[in-house]
Formats: sequence, C-alpha cells, structure tokens
Amino acid sequence: MKAPPLPATAPESGAAAARNACKLCAPLGACVVFSGIESCVPFLHGSQGCATYIRRYLISHFREPVDIASSSFSEEDTVFGGARNLKAGLRNVVSQYHPEAIGVATTCLAETIGEDVPRILASYQAETPSETPASLIHVATPSYAGTHIDGFHAAMLSVVRQFAQASERHARLNLFPGFVSPEDLRQLKEMLRAAGVDFTLLPDYSQTLDGRTWSEYHRLQPGGTPLESIRQMGGAPATFELGRTLAAKPGTAAAWLAREHGVPRVALGLPIGLRETDRFWAELERLTGHGLPPALDDERGRLIDSLVDGHKYVFGKRAAIFGDPDLVVGLASFLGELGVQPALCATGSKNSGMKNCLAEVLADTDTSGLVVLEGADHAAIAERAKELRLDLLLGSSKGYPMARELKVPLIRVGFPIHDRLGGQRVPHLGYRGAQQLFDRLVNTILESRQDNSSTGYSYL
Amino acid sequence: MIRLIPEREAQIVRKQSGQPGPKLACDRKSVSGSVSQRACAFCGSRVVLYPIADALHIVHGPIGCAVYNWDIRGALSSGPQLHRNSFSTDLQEMEVIYGGEKKLLQALRELIDRYQPKAAFVYSTCIVGVIGDDVNAVCRQVAKEKGIAVIPVASEGFRGTKKTGYMAACEAAYQLVGTRSTEGIGPHSLNILGDFNIAGESWIIRRYFEEMGVQVVATITGDGRVDDLRRCHGAKLNLVQCSGSMTHLAKLLERDHGIPMRRVSFFGLEDTAAALYEAAKFFGDAEILQRTQALVSREVGRVYPELARYREKLAGKKAALYVGGAFKAFSLVKALKLLGMQTVLAGTQTGNAEDYELLREICDDGTVIVDDSNPVELAKFMLELDVDLFIGGVKERPIAYKLGVGFCDHNHERKIPLAGFEGMLHFAREIHGTVMSPVWQFVPRRAKTTRPTAPAPLGNFQSEPPTGAPAPIEEALA
Repeated sequence: MKAPPLPATAPESGAAAARNACKLCAPLGACVVFSGIESCVPFLHGSQGCATYIRRYLISHFREPVDIASSSFSEEDTVFGGARNLKAGLRNVVSQYHPEAIGVATTCLAETIGEDVPRILASYQAETPSETPASLIHVATPSYAGTHIDGFHAAMLSVVRQFAQASERHARLNLFPGFVSPEDLRQLKEMLRAAGVDFTLLPDYSQTLDGRTWSEYHRLQPGGTPLESIRQMGGAPATFELGRTLAAKPGTAAAWLAREHGVPRVALGLPIGLRETDRFWAELERLTGHGLPPALDDERGRLIDSLVDGHKYVFGKRAAIFGDPDLVVGLASFLGELGVQPALCATGSKNSGMKNCLAEVLADTDTSGLVVLEGADHAAIAERAKELRLDLLLGSSKGYPMARELKVPLIRVGFPIHDRLGGQRVPHLGYRGAQQLFDRLVNTILESRQDNSSTGYSYL
Repeated sequence: MIRLIPEREAQIVRKQSGQPGPKLACDRKSVSGSVSQRACAFCGSRVVLYPIADALHIVHGPIGCAVYNWDIRGALSSGPQLHRNSFSTDLQEMEVIYGGEKKLLQALRELIDRYQPKAAFVYSTCIVGVIGDDVNAVCRQVAKEKGIAVIPVASEGFRGTKKTGYMAACEAAYQLVGTRSTEGIGPHSLNILGDFNIAGESWIIRRYFEEMGVQVVATITGDGRVDDLRRCHGAKLNLVQCSGSMTHLAKLLERDHGIPMRRVSFFGLEDTAAALYEAAKFFGDAEILQRTQALVSREVGRVYPELARYREKLAGKKAALYVGGAFKAFSLVKALKLLGMQTVLAGTQTGNAEDYELLREICDDGTVIVDDSNPVELAKFMLELDVDLFIGGVKERPIAYKLGVGFCDHNHERKIPLAGFEGMLHFAREIHGTVMSPVWQFVPRRAKTTRPTAPAPLGNFQSEPPTGAPAPIEEALA
C-alpha cells in the first residue's frame, strides 16, 4: 500500500541534553525477553547499579519479583576486564537458580572497555563443563546505541539464532509479539487457541511477569517459552512478527528464520483496533484456511456495535500519543478508525521509520496539522503538546506531569505504568483489547465532560 | 530447604543468647551473580544530592542511568521543583568514541540558560571515566561562563557501592559550603543532615526545633537549597540522621569548621524524643529544655492512645526488615517493639561491623542478621521464620507479596512521612493496615482451607467434563 507522505513533521531537536527521556536503555529490553523464556535468568555484565535500577523499574510496573543477576564490576574489573567476575557470576547463578539458560546482556561499560563476551562465555563453558547445564545466550546491548526496544529485538534475534535449528516441518506457528503487556500475551494465546492454531509465543512473560501468589519461593518464576519450542522454530509454517516499524527492518529474528530456515516471515502491525486485528486474522486465515471462530466474530461484532454507540462522543477529538514506535503506530491506526484525530505522535526512538508507518495507517485519516516527533524527550513532547489543542493523551505514566500541566486526561497504555495498579493487565490487542481501550477512551471523555460541567448530570 | 551461596554464609548470623557469636562479615563487595539488592556508586550520589531542589542535576553518560531515577522519590520541595527532572547528556556511540566533553559543555550551557539554577551537579557514569572525558575542566569552564558553581560528582558506578557514591556526593556538596555569609545565625542553631524530606519529613522535624527555639540553618539535603548549603558552616551543631550517607559531610564540617556532630534518628517515639533532647542538652539552655519536654510529652500524649490500639492487634506478630543503612534498622527494631512486634530478621545493604554489633545487642535471641542480602535469602528467611511483615524498599516488596507477607515501604520512594511523633502514627497505621488485612487468608501460605470443593451433585444432573470443541448442536439434541 502506497500512502501519501505526512504533511507536517517537526524538525529534529538540536538540543544536546535529554530532558526527561522518552526511552529506556537497551539492557532493559533484553531483560524483558529473557524473563519470558522458561527457566532463564537475565544477567547484566556491568556495574551492580544497572541490574538494580532495571529490576526496580520493572518491578514497579509488573509488581512481580524480577531477578536480574549482575557481574558487579569493580574499578579493578574496569581496568583489567570483567572476565573473572562474569565467570564467577555465572557459576553462582547456576548453583543458586539451576536455570536452563542464562541471558547475558552487556552494559555500556562492558561494551566500552571492549569485553569479548562470546569468548569469555566459551572459555567458561570449556572450564566448567560438568556444572553448566545452562545454555548461555549473549546479546550486545550498549545503552549508547538505541533504546530498550532495540535491546528487546536484539535479544530476540540472539535467542532465535542461538537455539533455532533446522527442524522437521511442523504446524506450530512462531509468534513474535514485541514488547506488549502480559494481558496482551494471554489475549494472543487465547485468540490462537480459539482458532485451533498451534504456536510458539516468544517471549512469553504472561505468567513470569504476572503470576499467582506462591506457597513456597520459586527462584525462577513458573512459565515462559520452553527452550525446546524455540529449538524447533526452524520447522514452523510461518513467523508472525508484530510491529509495523519492525516490518521494515531486515535484521529481525523473523527475518533470520526466513533466511536461514526458509520460514516465511509475516510482518504485521500490532493488532490494535479493528483494521489491524482484521489484518492479523486475514493472515491467519491465509495460513490455516479457517475463518474467524464464532466467539471471536461475536467479539468483533460487539466491538463494532459499541463503536456505533459511542462514535459521537469521540469524533473530532484530538489526541497525543507517545511511547514505543510500534505502539504509537498501532494506537494511531485505532484512533483513526474512531474519528479521533492524532494530533501529536511522538517516540524517543530515532530513525525508527515511525513516520512512514503512520502515513500508511492514517492514509484514510485527516492528518493535516499532525506533528510527528522522533528521537523526542518528554520535555520536547510537552512543549509541542502545549501548542496544540488536545483532548486526550495516550501513553505511559511518564506523561502524567504533562497531563497535569495541560489539564488533559491521560489514558495509561504501554510501559511503564508506575502510578496505577494493573499496568501488566492493560489490554491493547485484539478485538477485546480494542473494546476495552474504546470504553476507557469514551469514559475518559465523559468523565472529564461531567467533572467540568456546571450541571453535573448523572445521565449522559 | 533453600541453600545459600557458600561465599555469602559469613554475611549471615543468628543471635544466640549470651554468646558473642561469630562476627558478621560486611563491607564487602557484592558477590558476582548473587542478585544483590544493592545499587552502585552513581545511585548513592544521586540519592544524596537529589533533593537539592534549586540545583541542576545532569547525568553525564548514556541514557539509562538518568532515566531510571526520573522523579522516583518522595523528596518534597517547598519551592523549586527542578530536581524532579531527569537531565542527561544521552551519550551516543560517536561520543563514546570521540569523547563527550563537547556535548556536556553544550548541554550545560543550554540547561543553565533555560532553567537558571543556583548551581549544577554533573554526575559521571561508568563510561565517562573510561572514555577519558575531562569533566572537571568542562565544569570549571561553565562555572566561569555562567557565574554559578558547577560541581563534578565522581560517581562512576563501578567505583563501589552506594557508600562510595555517598562519599562522592558529600565531597561535591562540600564544595558549596563556606561560600556565603553566616550572618543571622544564632548560638542555638543546627543543621539536619541525612534527612531527605521524604513526604515532608524535614518539615515535621524542622517544626519541632522551631518550637524548641532552635534555629535550623540547613536541612541537608531534604527540601535542600544551594544557598542554605553555602552558609551551613555557621550552625553550631550537626545532627546526622542517615549516618551512612552523611557522616562524611559532618566530619568535614567538624574538621574545618569545628562543628560537633551527633548521630540521631527521627524514626519512632523513643528515638525522636532522644534526638530532640540530645540537641536541647547540647545547647544547655534551660528554656529550650523546658520547651522540649513540653513538646515531647504533648506529642507522645497525642499519638499514644491510637498506638495502643494498634499494639493490641499487632502484639506477638513477627517482622523482618531489610533496609539501606543500619541506623534506620535500629530505630525500626525499637519502633516495632513499641507496637508489640518482634523483629526476627534484620539486615542492611551497607552496615559496618560496629553497626551489626549494635544491631545484635538490641535484637532478641534467634534474630537472623544479614549483610548485603539477595531475594533468595530474604525469601528463605521469610518462610523459615514465618514472618507477618516485611519492611524494606520497592525491590523487596514483590518478594514479600509473592509469599503472602505484609509489607511496609520504608525507602525513598514512599509518599507517607514516617519520621517524628506523627510519623510513628503513620508507621503504625501502615503496619496495621498490612498485617491485619483480610487478604492473607486467601494466599497459599496462610490459606486455612483450599477452595471449597463442590458439594454433592444436584439431583440427577449428570455431566461429562468438556473435551475439546463442543459437539454440533444437532448431535447433542439427537
């Protein structure tokens, strides 16, 4: 589909300082992927603070224990290299956690001093063959290159490259959802099960980062994608890889599977809203030959029914969306089909290709006056938002200061949600996710209208 | 039975009656791979200086370090809010290769022009030392250009634990001290060090001293101001609360300005009263002492009836605590005792040998004492000691909750003041609200019964468990 170029794009800010960044560092994304693999411990090769900060940040959103080991660099390690520490750390993780895998992501310190991690891991395995049942995954995630989303996808590629082997053809679809909520993962799994499709979801932190209360301590959270399933990914009928900006990139995990094992890559947007979810199902139908299962068709029908019920409340409203590029594109597509005008779309990622993707999904939408910011921080976003007349903000809790200042309601989506309970259970995907997003959206508008009215009707 | 990492065993002891017991090993570097609850030197520096509200705080390095502490703390300011932003040079690959000095220079100019801060702190992150940026030179240049103090903080994460960072922060803050007139500072004056005004705690404490007739020159760094720091050397006494973070600054003030220091704590009734009396006695003024007595008896009288009600409910419950510094741990053990609770596990991230000796003295027999613990150990002891409550920070919260244990946040992110007499009331309400919650009856560890099983089948109703897809409706009717 060829889309017209977007009319308005803000110039890249020339500022030297990041003021309230709208991105996190690459190792965080890698840790999320490793958390979604069964019996896998994330391990950061760097200073203790990196692991601790990231743990705290993830814990505040998911409200689950998140164990991330660290090689705890000292001054001496920084000068002479951290090999000894990394090996000792791996030994300790093995003896404490008995994991099947350890995901070793580097930090900027390890990268800057030029640690040869693959060599260290190989020599560790050679030195300690008997006590290394754990497979070691390595991913380079210096935080001076890219964002947490780049770290996420780099880890995806590392995992798949390391484990996926030439495998007999089977009927299990590979599904790479990107960085979505545990609720979204559950939603995707339910959708595929309802359609009778067998699949391997990677990563799958639906349980590991949103599990039940325990009677005894589990060093490793139950759940996650089994390594054995990842090993067989080379024999899958296709890989569905979600995220429109990701689709334009050649070096993804799905692209690697296509190149090395001939598994067709089906690159789709995040199924947010009606049209993107319809596309998801259309591709699934192409693969399986089966249409939408009746229960889901009902969900779809109810969604459309509710869009009709609520359309007038939202039509012509103006929204700002900020966050990870693929989420912003998905939400923009959804708002477009509701008649809500995306007035500002912003991401912290640079060169993500978000602008082109927005042009695609908003081809039928009036985008006059749309401001697109890439490589933006929250200060820049807030400054632009102030100039626009906005009715709604969609994004993480980090937009709250802006919402408060502008007196515009914030609908919390994506990551991180640090100021509300249940960030891990926010649904974005599928018809059901769209339903809940739509209800929240309409009710946010109604609530703000009600609160700001002098009459205060209890019947709207 | 959960096994421990052998190297960690020396950092765990159990108090046994009458015996001195083995010395607890501490002041060690974290064991690699043990998922320490500690952070790094950068984190330590950032924690200490963060509440200085009219200073610019810029993190020189890639984005991670800055973004993870954007507005995460409950450190309130009565005026400027500049400290609640996250500023970073957001170093990119090219700058890592060719150096980040230029970017730092430009960033500082930009931010100082825009926000007009009273001073700027420049935090070095891990790679800054490695790529060889001359941060000091850049700071000197900008200070000259802009006419404000631009202070480098040697906070590279790998330099050590938070303690190392505390030292670096104290050194940095000390650069401001002594640069402003001490006019108007009376003989009955003090500084409060190591209170960070979490949820307004510095204000509570300040009110007490004002009522006593004691002048508070600077609260360092809670609700902190650059100008207060610059003249704090005029105070006659330093009260040091978070001793781990601020003792170094107090020692510098003692060495160069002859200001004596006292270690105090404002957590719990006992320790708050002791702190106020300590100051009153220091000034040796009869009127101050009298006002202090009146204040203490009035405030204790005000909170006691409600505390007594909680005590009735909480008596005999068991608590575990794992906090940053040891002085807070002492106060908590005493505060819990006041509520009738027993501390069965006490640990800190960065206590020293002397601290642990004292902790052992005030704890009951059987109490487990740990240094630089990790999730596996904390969980092990929570279960083995069967605790009802865990006091810690946000990293410990999910461990407690996962095991169905009540939790009280006693760290910098909380939004509830726990210091002073009224703080003790908040503390008791927090503890009561978590320990007495009815939700624990449902968690596996405490569940008296499992989910009720179905009673006898209704009438003659027969059903087969569903197997896969439902049968077509015609078939079911046939």
